[in-house]
Amino acid sequence: MDTVLDIRNLCKSYHDFSLQNINMSLEKGTLTGFVGPNGAGKTTTIKSILNIIKPDDGKITVMGMDSIINDLEIKSLLGIVLDDGHFYEDMTLKKMKSLIAPMYPTWNDRAYQTYIKKFELPENKKIKDLSRGMRMKYALVFALSHDAELFILDEPTSGLDPLVRNELIEILKDIVFEDNKTVLMSTHITSDLDKIADYLFFIFDGKIILQGQKDEIKDQHAIVKGDTGALLPDYESYFVGINKSAYGFEGLTDNKAALKKVLPDKTAYEVPSIEDIMLYYIRRHNNGLKLS
Amino acid sequence: MNIIIVNSAEVPIYEQIMNQIKAAILSGELKEGDVLPSVRGLAKDLNVSVITTRKAYDGLEAEGFTINMMGKGSFVAPQNMELLRETRLVEIEKKLVDIIEYAKPVGILGKDLKKIIDELGREE
Repeated sequence: MDTVLDIRNLCKSYHDFSLQNINMSLEKGTLTGFVGPNGAGKTTTIKSILNIIKPDDGKITVMGMDSIINDLEIKSLLGIVLDDGHFYEDMTLKKMKSLIAPMYPTWNDRAYQTYIKKFELPENKKIKDLSRGMRMKYALVFALSHDAELFILDEPTSGLDPLVRNELIEILKDIVFEDNKTVLMSTHITSDLDKIADYLFFIFDGKIILQGQKDEIKDQHAIVKGDTGALLPDYESYFVGINKSAYGFEGLTDNKAALKKVLPDKTAYEVPSIEDIMLYYIRRHNNGLKLS
Repeated sequence: MNIIIVNSAEVPIYEQIMNQIKAAILSGELKEGDVLPSVRGLAKDLNVSVITTRKAYDGLEAEGFTINMMGKGSFVAPQNMELLRETRLVEIEKKLVDIIEYAKPVGILGKDLKKIIDELGREE
């Protein structure tokens, strides 16, 4: 396995928040979803990878190079799309390009022109006049025009309508499936990842609370609905969370295979969405905090 | 070849891919030496994860349906029909044992099951 990004024991503390022992490894040519609610630590992790903030502890390597020592080499291997854009608002797209392009030793102007056309971006408009979707695509054009190996997208779809989000997913499919590049995408809109993501990391309260291959996670888990009377006394050990009402129960299991053996046939099992999984795990985490 | 992926809790996606490629091989739609689509190409067309598609291809190779050649792709392996028949028979036997066990507690016997199979056979 070609490891493109490797994070070991990343820690960073602020007065009201701390990132605790984040470990993550990305395989070349795959798409990884970094999932969690706002404030969970996604952006702090990403900014550590980009060497924008200094971690208290831990080591980050990009294609075998240390993120701090080899900062410049790494920057030209990264394609970055950040939530807040980081462009000069009063410049036209063209002007902004002439400023950024020389910073990349591997700049490919042909690719730039191709993508500007493909994404239908108005080169003579000022950046402040772009819509959110256009801004995101403009940032992507830069990522695509310098032969980046690792694309890091922080909340690229927040504030975008479903059509533009779908467009982004199609672009990402080309990047991963055709060009064999690696993508790390943080998001709280998890429906974007339900289909094509290879790996998932769920982060909450500064900790990774669940990680693995997306389809394996989805196969192990299920939304289960059925007769409350059929639940065994030790049922809680099968569930991440469960709600009972007068009409039956509904819960998330992390061991579908075992549960199927002990519950009656008429119990219903549904494939959970990433969002379902995230919500149940967060609820369990919060309940645990209250109990202890 | 058609491959339809459904979002069901019953069959994992990699198994759905495996089953449908197997069916295409067993029906003769895919023949010995035919090239399978690339893992990435298929993942893209089916709108599923690359890793999951790779898992399906690895599974097909492990079961002897295909041969994966580094850098060249996956090919349909020569199929030994005799062997396929045998493995199928073993699988069927296993399933029948399950059915017999399932029938026993309510007093449905082997001869009753036989009758059902005969009936079903006639309908086809």
